[in-house]
Order: sequence, then C-alpha cells, then structure tokens
Amino acid sequence: MSSLTEKDKPIVQLLLNTGTCPRCIFRFCRVGSQTLYRHPYKDLMKDLTEFLKNNQQQEDAAGFGVVDPPCKRIRLEHTEEVPDDLNQNGVLKHVPLVNDDSAAVENSTVEVCNVCLGILQEFCEADFVKRVCEKVKSADYQFTSFVFSVSLPPQLSVRERAAWLLVKQEMGKLGLSLAKDDIVQLKEAYKWIIHPQLSEELGVPADGKQLIFISLFRATACPDCFKPAKNKQSVFTRMAVMKALEKIKEEDFLKHFPCPPSSPKNLCVALEIQCNNGAVFVAGRYNKYSRNLPQTPWIIDGERKLESSVEELISEHLMAEFKADSFNFSSSGREDVDVRTLGNGRPFAIELVNPRRIHFTAEEMKELQQTINNSSDKIRVRDLQLVTREAIGRMKEGEEEKTKTYSALVWTDKAIQKEDIAFLDDIKELKLDQKTPLRVLHRRPLAVRCRIIHTMKSEYIDEHHFRLHLKTQAGTYIKEFVHGDFGRTKPNIGSLLNRTADILELDVEVIVDWARNRCD
Amino acid sequence: MAAGRAGGGGAARYFTRWYKPDVKGRPCEDFCVLQHSNRICVITLAEAHPLLQNGKTIKSINYQISPNCSRLQNKVSGKSKRGAQFLTELAPLCRISSTDGEEYTIYSCIRGRLIEVNESILSNPAILQEKPSTEGYIAVVLPKFEESKSITQGLLTQKEYEEVLLKRHNNSA
Repeated sequence: MSSLTEKDKPIVQLLLNTGTCPRCIFRFCRVGSQTLYRHPYKDLMKDLTEFLKNNQQQEDAAGFGVVDPPCKRIRLEHTEEVPDDLNQNGVLKHVPLVNDDSAAVENSTVEVCNVCLGILQEFCEADFVKRVCEKVKSADYQFTSFVFSVSLPPQLSVRERAAWLLVKQEMGKLGLSLAKDDIVQLKEAYKWIIHPQLSEELGVPADGKQLIFISLFRATACPDCFKPAKNKQSVFTRMAVMKALEKIKEEDFLKHFPCPPSSPKNLCVALEIQCNNGAVFVAGRYNKYSRNLPQTPWIIDGERKLESSVEELISEHLMAEFKADSFNFSSSGREDVDVRTLGNGRPFAIELVNPRRIHFTAEEMKELQQTINNSSDKIRVRDLQLVTREAIGRMKEGEEEKTKTYSALVWTDKAIQKEDIAFLDDIKELKLDQKTPLRVLHRRPLAVRCRIIHTMKSEYIDEHHFRLHLKTQAGTYIKEFVHGDFGRTKPNIGSLLNRTADILELDVEVIVDWARNRCD
Repeated sequence: MAAGRAGGGGAARYFTRWYKPDVKGRPCEDFCVLQHSNRICVITLAEAHPLLQNGKTIKSINYQISPNCSRLQNKVSGKSKRGAQFLTELAPLCRISSTDGEEYTIYSCIRGRLIEVNESILSNPAILQEKPSTEGYIAVVLPKFEESKSITQGLLTQKEYEEVLLKRHNNSA
C-alpha cells in the first residue's frame, strides 16, 4: 500500500497526539510511496489533520495535490557554533539549538518529533541539503555519482522501539499484528526524501559508489531515557544499545522507558559531515638509477637513514595532482637500497586515497609522467596510467613464477683467468638451496627455499673481477648466491669457483612481465 | 655496496665483529660474535682459538650438550622464531674434541634465541678450521630486541681484541 487508509486513522491519531511527525507516522503506517514522503512538511501536517477530520471517501486525498515549496528555516545555521558539553551522565551532549526565542516562536508550529528527533523534519529541509552540498562543493571533488550514508544517534533505536510497541498495542486492540520489519526504516525514509534533493543540487545520480559523504547525527534530548538492565557500559555505543534492545523483554522495556516516547525539546544535531572520494589507482614501471635510494622510506628508531625513496619521488607529484589525502605504494617485488633497476623497469602501483581530482586524460598522464621524470635523475617512470583495483591484484599474483635478469659485479680473493670462469656459461637450470639470508632473517621465517638459476654469462674484467649476467627464478637472492651467506646458499659462486667471492654491484635488468606497454 | 674488503670478503663484511677472550678463564679460548645491523648474530671461533692453531685435528663435534638437550633439536617457526632454545651468555653450543685428546666447549657468548646451528661442520669439520669466520660458523643467535645493543657491552671490539693478542704475544715472548 502507498497511502493512508481508514484503518490507519486510530494509529495516525494516536501518534499525532503523542508528538510524532507526519513522516514517522507514515513509516509506522507502512506507507511505501516515496513521493508522499517528499511532500513539504507543512502540507503534510495540514493534510494529516484534514485526513483525520474527513470522512472516508476523501481519505485518498491525504498528502496529495499541494505543491508549495518547503518552508525555509534558518535555525541550523547555528549548529556549528554550538560548543560540546557534558551532561550529568558524562555523555557528550550538544546544547540545544532551538531554545532561543525566535526559534521557539517558529517552533510552535513544528514540534520536534518524539521518534526521529527531527531527522525527517529539519534535516529534510533545503537548508540542510544546502549545508551538505556546500561541504561537498567546498572540498572541490571531481565525482560522477554519490553515496550518502548517515549515522544516527543510538538513542533513536530506543525511541523507535517505544513507538513500535505503542503502535503494536494499538493495532492489537483492532486485532491486527505488527512485526518489527513491517514499518519503514527511518534511514530508508530519510534517503527517499533527501537523495533527490542532493542529487539535484549536486547534479549527479545517487546510485554510485564513488563520492561518499557521511552525516553523523547526535541527539541532545533525553539523557535519562536509556537505562536497560543489561547495559553495563557507561557509554551507550550503537552496538551496546542494539544488543540491549535485542535482549530486553517488552515489559521490562516499558518499565524503564516512557511509551510513547517523551517529547524532546531539542532537535538532534548534525555533528559532522565528512566527504570521501573512492580511491583511484595509478600504475606504471620504474627504473632506479641510484645505489643510494631505498624503495620505501628507510627509518630506523625514528631516524631517517636516507633522505628520499622511490615511492616518495613518484608519489609526491601524484599526490599533488590528484589532491589525495594519502597513498599506498606497492610493487612487483623490490630491490635493495644499493641495487639499480634498469631495463624496462619494475611494475608498481599507487593507491591514492580520497583524491579530489580523478579525471585525467592520457595526455595529462603523460605530462604527469614527464613531471616526475624531470624532477629527479635517480628514477624514471614509464607507462604511467590509471588502472582498476583488479589490475593491482594481477601485478601481485604469480610473482614467484616470473623470470628476472640481473647483472652482478663479482670480486674473488684468489686471482682468476678467463678460463676459470668460462664454465659458468655452460651451466643451465642450476638448482639452489637457499636458507633465508641472514640479512633478512630477523623479519622472515627460517626456511630452505629451492630456487633456479636458469642461465649465467660471465664477462671477464681482471684477475679479481668479472661481471656475471644471470637469468633466475624470481625470489632468488642474488647477493647470497654470489657470496654464499656463510655457506647457507648452496651452491654459490664462491663454491663453484673454489674461491671466496663477493658481490660489489648489482643491477636488475628485466622483470618479466606485467602490463608491458599497456599505454601504447 | 662498498668495495670488497681485504681479509673479509664474502658475507662477513656486513657484520660488526665482537670478541670474548679466555672464556671461562681458559687461556686463548676466544670467540667472535659477528653482529649484523639487523641484530642477527653469528657465533664463530676467534683466530686465536686453540682449535685453529697448527697441528690440531678435529676428531668430533657434538651438539648434544647434555643428556636432555641437543642443539640439533632446536626448531624455530614463523617470523617470530617460536620454539627457539633460549641461550644465556655462557650456554654451551657444542663440544669439539681434537685428536690430541682435548675437548673444547663453544659458548654462546651472548643472550638470545638460538636460530640455527651449522650442521655442515658435522660432515665436514675441516671447514671449521679453513673458514672459521664464514662457512665454519658455529651458530646463529637472535638477541632480544631490547637487548640488541646491550649484549655486546661486555665484548671487545676488534681493536681491543688486537691489543689483547699483542699483550699475549709479548708475554709469551
């Protein structure tokens, strides 16, 4: 059913007498017509009064046909100036807003609803919509749709329960029943009313998942109203209230809480309006040309070891352009601070949290990439592009199966001749047993891992130096393969050459391959 | 990476060397603790240890330090290395006997959790003498986070140890 019928009359009368607003009355009468809720508040009041007076044949006219604009009130302007205050129960409380004289005069026509505390009254009005939209607009977001979520005072569930019991008893007299989920939920009705208004003001649909803003309401009325037997906490969190309501018996509830709920003097207050934009993801590949640059900030005991990092050099510019709050950097593996990454670069992705700007053309992304590359010669970025969250998952999976190509500068204690190292080139698919390297053992489990060196190619330099090119399974610790890590990687270059070997330089050359040339 | 260092080479150059001479009052039974900046420690024999002197041949290495406790049974799991045997400063790690009938006990020298012992020296004891400070290490110990600085306080730096060696040399001369 979508509007009121004759049998609702006793309920309407009862609720109206106890100080319930027309829209809450609709809810408890299970009115499902969204448009009905959107009618101006003043008209609804008038229509309801008429509905009660009228006889049966006119009943369907209730709430229809009058299209006056919503009455405008300016009371909410004061909201933000209201200081926090502690009431005697220690619960954070807001000083009433509507107690000043001018408001009281206006208020004589609009009593604060004893069920919704003004949510379906004041907070459905154009002023509040404007306030929310101004907040959104002032944050300067790019968005194409929105989600509006509300957090209501826990107290409202208690009032809702009391009203429900009242209506249930009344219907019981008529031989009718009322289940808890028969009535229209307050939040649902609220969204029916406010979504079209927000949508119109913002110019985008309300169905998206993109821009999210939240209004957090706090009730000021009725600090004494809530004393369920079960609740031991001093703070009435939403969960505690819901739990207590679930447990408490109807007769106990009625003993402790006035039914119908008492009429509040004050509206609840919109405590906070937060805006949040969905995260966007930027991916690409980076080269690192410095042996003095960690991938992520290197901080030990709160002290910075090196002044920059790969992620900072890249993210800095993205943060500025996307005007995001924060970022999360991830990459397909990582290199040590003293290792360069050459070749086509290492795949990375950056999640930009709560960005203000989200629309970038391919051309603008190219410019952004150029800005990053111009700002430092320690790194270089390519294939910079916007990607989906799913694409990030693909970057991370199969990390172990990838093949990596390295170039290492090797030193040996005893002199070598070209012939001494030539045999390395003939070794194919060399199986290693690598114990977790000592240099990472403090933060990783101890294990022996089997890794494969696919191929090697040596390049003789002098009696103590040669360059070694390696193709290996991803996850192979190259430094340890060269120096042996106390014999904990077997075999190693030292053991193969029957010498003590050490690694002086290491470069990553190719990482195969995620998102190659996605931009082109 | 810095250029290869003379003498060291291999993995050892990432570690700071600490020494404990004449452990338990036994002359020249010196040990070396290699500490990584990540607080991992590797326990090795110091150069002056009797086992590393000319003419010594190792007969056996035994990680069974008491009827109820074998260091070979040490098992650690997870990042936090659960299940590790806890070592105090003078906890024995193993006993090594030489063909001349001597037996030497190797001590932990620092407090911490035993992460692993070197099983390679069981099958190849010669490696202990050939490369005492790399492949011939005895054990890996992880000190408690809050003790990672204090555990080396009672140990000698490389320079201090060299002075001890010099004094020994002068006394014997």
